[in-house]
Amino acid sequence: MTEIALEPPARPAPPASVPQAEEMAPSLAAVTAVPRPPRPSALANALTFAWRAVLKFKHVPEQLFDLVMTPIMFTLLFTFVFGGALAGSPREYLQFFLPGILIQTVIFNAVYSGVGLCTDLQKGLFDRFRSLPVWSLAPFAGLIVGDVLRHLIAGAIILGIGLGLGFRPEGGIWGTLGAVLLLLAVGFGVGWVFLVLGLLVRTPTTVMTFGFTVLFPVVFASNIMVDPATMPAWLRTVVELNPVSHMTTALRGLFGGSATTGEVALALAAPAALTLGLAPVVLRLYRRA
Amino acid sequence: MPFDTSSALAIRARGLVKRFGTFTAVDGIDLDVPRGTIFAILGPNGAGKTTLLRMLATLLRPDGGEATVMGHDLLAEPDAVRGAISLTGQFASLDEDLTGRENLVMLARLWGFGRAAARERAAALLAAFDLAEAGHRQVKAYSGGMRRRLDIAASLVVTPGILFLDEPTTGLDPTARTGVWALIRGLAASGVTILLTTQYLEEADQLASRIAVIDHGRKIAEGTSRQLKAQTGSGALHITPLGPSDIAAGALGRLSGRLVHRSPEGGELSVPVRDAAEAQEILAALGREGVGLADFRMGQPTLEEVFFALTGGPRPETRP
Ligand SMILES: Nc1ncnc2c1ncn2[C@@H]1O[C@H](COP(=O)(O)OP(=O)(O)OP(=O)(O)O)[C@@H](O)[C@H]1O
Ligand SMILES: [Mg+2]
Repeated sequence: MTEIALEPPARPAPPASVPQAEEMAPSLAAVTAVPRPPRPSALANALTFAWRAVLKFKHVPEQLFDLVMTPIMFTLLFTFVFGGALAGSPREYLQFFLPGILIQTVIFNAVYSGVGLCTDLQKGLFDRFRSLPVWSLAPFAGLIVGDVLRHLIAGAIILGIGLGLGFRPEGGIWGTLGAVLLLLAVGFGVGWVFLVLGLLVRTPTTVMTFGFTVLFPVVFASNIMVDPATMPAWLRTVVELNPVSHMTTALRGLFGGSATTGEVALALAAPAALTLGLAPVVLRLYRRA
Repeated sequence: MPFDTSSALAIRARGLVKRFGTFTAVDGIDLDVPRGTIFAILGPNGAGKTTLLRMLATLLRPDGGEATVMGHDLLAEPDAVRGAISLTGQFASLDEDLTGRENLVMLARLWGFGRAAARERAAALLAAFDLAEAGHRQVKAYSGGMRRRLDIAASLVVTPGILFLDEPTTGLDPTARTGVWALIRGLAASGVTILLTTQYLEEADQLASRIAVIDHGRKIAEGTSRQLKAQTGSGALHITPLGPSDIAAGALGRLSGRLVHRSPEGGELSVPVRDAAEAQEILAALGREGVGLADFRMGQPTLEEVFFALTGGPRPETRP
């Protein structure tokens, strides 16, 4: 390194062509003179991020279109094209298929929060959040609130269409409420997988492609679309071990009013394990960066 | 103020190191940034400017060395450091889907302003940064200059002790650039210490009271703009002769005693000079010899020339 003799620092005079500091100074002095507010609570931080998630729905309503169109297509196609062949009549098939498509929707939905997180990271937005003295889990609380809203909106639309087509939840209002809670738990648990992916992968489209590539076989090798009774033995074993099948079975039970505690517990095992296992990983990756 | 004002230094860093795998991006940098000044870090692409700033802003953990920022230890009290700094990154860190106003309200809420106070704060910042009209539009519809201003405004939701600006004018047109320069001077005048990075000697010269030149993760020189220029020369004298350029080039070479550089189009001739006085002498001598000039100007040395002067050779390739 070159040593240069010290001399008192002198700021060079700006040339005449450049707008002078004094022009801006009065308004800037006014904005820089405001005292700092007291440090907010962790909850207040989380609520601010939740507010951001809600604003996103207002500004980017298209994201809902993506989210809802695929399941609507699936519902209509499967019910009317395969329904008769698979279950005797479209009505009967819908009764079987609707809970499954809800599970599928919530799981696919989870990919989008990973994509959103990856976009925020790529855009440098998280750099700003991370350089603020805020509760470090708060940005994730916002993502989770966004997810819950997405699940609720998509779920409500699909359930509404299902009811219009003749789906009847025999479990009544309580059964349906239980089903909604289970759906949210599934979405919450699976969400962690994609938060990890969103933090690890650099580009949002990769999160999307990779997410769906992994999810398609997991979702299709389950009892969402057909009863595994007709499958070859090895595939039946896979389907019966697949946590997605447990989730679907429990959801059908809740809608139908016949769910056992055991079924619900089995359905919740995977989301619980994912949350416990991956939440610390998400925090570590976020802090590390 | 929440930070300790006992030390006269806003930043004191010793031997900061950051490695990515086997590659050392920042290789032992010392930095003393006095409070209330504008300090520039000058370096080419890949020099390690962003990495250095991200370490000082607690976004990257140093692999070696130590630093205090506004009197707080970088490693031991990262949250206190975060409370005293603001970072405007190289690329706008804004939520593109939200409006300018919503971005500022969100940050004000995160800093602890109440609902009404946050809205007031956002409005005041938008007005001060000449964005009041655009406040209700989504950031994705903003021009580069507007984005930059909003990004800087977002760093001033609470007044930081020190503001980090990573290449604040890269990619801006000349008008937007002078606008941002005026902003930076105004901020410094209101008492905010500013540490900025740039690839342009001219920018560092215009704004900063001290300049550190870094390359390959090392500091290769530091001083005031005047000191750096004393070492690198103030730049070059460029002339456009009226008559045949061969005759003018011959005279220019003889009078300056240096190698004459011709612009690729051939119209402009340049020689390096020590200072304005030397340029003046050369111009006067050209006049006495009857070489007519259509135009002349003094140019700042380019970053390449600075490196040439400081290291005695052209800058080696960044990446093997
Ligand atoms: N996360 C990373 N992983 C690996 N290498 C990195 C990472 N970040 C930076 N580098 C490398 O470290 C070196 C310094 O990068 P840095 O971004 O600090 O340079 P810079 O001076 O800001 O350059 P520019 O003017 O292009 O912004 C570069 O060679 C870059 O490739
Ligand atoms: Mg950089």
